[in-house]
Amino acid sequence: MHPAPSVIVFTTLSGLGLGLLFWLGIDPDPSRGWVGFTFFLIAFALTIGGLMASTFHLGRPERALKAFSQWRSSWLSREAWAAVSALVLMGLYGFFLIIFDTHIGILGWLGALACLATVGTTSMIYTQLKTVPRWHHWSTPILFFALSLGGGALLAGKISTAIFLIAVAGCVQAYWFWQGDQRFDEAGSTMGTATGLGDRGKVRAFEPPHTGTNYLLNEFVYVVGRKHGDKLRLIALGLMAVLPLLILLTNPHHLLAIIAALSHLAGVVVARWLFFAQAEHVVGLYYGKR
Amino acid sequence: MTSLPETTTRKLGLVIDLDTCVGCHACVISCKGWNTENYGAPLSDQDPYGADPVGTFLNRVHSYEVQPDQGAAQLVHFPKSCLHCDDAPCVTVCPTGASYKRVEDGIVLVNESDCIGCGLCAWSCPYGARELDAAEGVMKKCTLCVDRIYNENLPEEDREPACVRTCPAGARHFGDFADPDSNVSKLSAERGGMDLMPEQGTKPVNKYLPPRPKDSWEGEVDVLAPWLEPVAQEPQGFLGWLDKALEKI
Ligand code: SF4
Ligand code: SF4
Ligand code: SF4
Repeated sequence: MHPAPSVIVFTTLSGLGLGLLFWLGIDPDPSRGWVGFTFFLIAFALTIGGLMASTFHLGRPERALKAFSQWRSSWLSREAWAAVSALVLMGLYGFFLIIFDTHIGILGWLGALACLATVGTTSMIYTQLKTVPRWHHWSTPILFFALSLGGGALLAGKISTAIFLIAVAGCVQAYWFWQGDQRFDEAGSTMGTATGLGDRGKVRAFEPPHTGTNYLLNEFVYVVGRKHGDKLRLIALGLMAVLPLLILLTNPHHLLAIIAALSHLAGVVVARWLFFAQAEHVVGLYYGKR
Repeated sequence: MTSLPETTTRKLGLVIDLDTCVGCHACVISCKGWNTENYGAPLSDQDPYGADPVGTFLNRVHSYEVQPDQGAAQLVHFPKSCLHCDDAPCVTVCPTGASYKRVEDGIVLVNESDCIGCGLCAWSCPYGARELDAAEGVMKKCTLCVDRIYNENLPEEDREPACVRTCPAGARHFGDFADPDSNVSKLSAERGGMDLMPEQGTKPVNKYLPPRPKDSWEGEVDVLAPWLEPVAQEPQGFLGWLDKALEKI
């Protein structure tokens, strides 16, 4: 799949932002005043920035409101509802907390649930696609939850929770990377089943239907990053989990914690790039590619 | 609504005969022509006369070589367009309700004025049957020429999809699969019409007829053949002398 920058930025930033909002929402004794304000500012900047980026890959962004209509059947529509609920609930919660110094616990919990729902629906948009076997697996939502909650805890300064969750996220990510390599074969689609000609012999793409490229090849058949895949995976894991864990275990002061957070962010960006770049869509089979 | 209908009254679709298709691409061109000039946004091209032309097409013809364990390889031309699946994933993923499957005839359509161009329906289609138009920003797909098949302003023989009307080889057939006595149902039953990527669970309506086995010379040698062997292998007499003389020069 084509690793579109807008979608990578969206899933990375909003995942982190929503994770941070979650921890702010369930905190029984949250920071108030300027410190609290800064936490909410970072969380909203990440979440809203990510959501804005996601509209850049729409062909007709001016009609985006229509995406709220099909929540009964579509995960993308559900994601739109969940994201707006999360922003509204957490916005109100933060508003009362910062401006009126009033902690409305139930509002925070509802907002935190909406944040989780947003991360879950985002992950389901990818998980539901049978056409991309690497994504179509129970571990995809777990990966999204683990990264969002782990990164969020790191940003929220909940060091011991962050250590635990980032370690979990790293393990899930590693499992997702390497176990995912078998899923295309397990799904069983081949050039033979794609053309229905498989039982008569070996099928080879002889002539493509067009001499140039097209939407399908640009969007679904992305083979550029494959060669360095394994190296990039290790870099992603190192930045996302290993380095932040080493820093956190030294019980760092603020500056180092910021480095841990930035390293985690960079690692997630690399992992998200691979999430798309290494995902093979079955339509590639029609072109004799994967 | 982006939920799929439980059942559709009719199931309009195509039978594509991989045995007769000659790979001429006439169906591709007639499809592009009709669908650019009629229903919905035109099928745009970018840089059409330049070095890197790209464009939107609803029907594309691949060619495959099939190499059996024994014997000669066979070339199969393979037209591909939307299969109007019964269990169409492209419909249920759509957030806006722009993608839908019609209850009356099973045609899968996009309501272009509702489409936000998110591309998710194209991601969910295993067959690459949907293309996002780069100029219009909306999703395009085969409509089964919904603006021809019911169009009373056209002569009766033209009320079928443009690709079917055009095909010079008679490799494309249009009809109702819900009716067991229709041309397409019978043809598909007779020739073993197959689904593409059945493991994807989309239940395609369109069926593909497999190529027939190639015929061979086995058992077809005529009894008179031995008497028809060439008689003179080497030129004799004057011609033989001439042949040798010329060789020496
Ligand atoms: S072929 Fe693709 S676009 Fe057409 S109905 Fe099936 S899944 Fe949808
Ligand atoms: S591109 Fe248009 S038709 Fe396809 S899923 Fe998005 S809104 Fe629906
Ligand atoms: S017009 Fe007919 S013969 Fe020509 S490519 Fe299309 S289906 Fe095949």
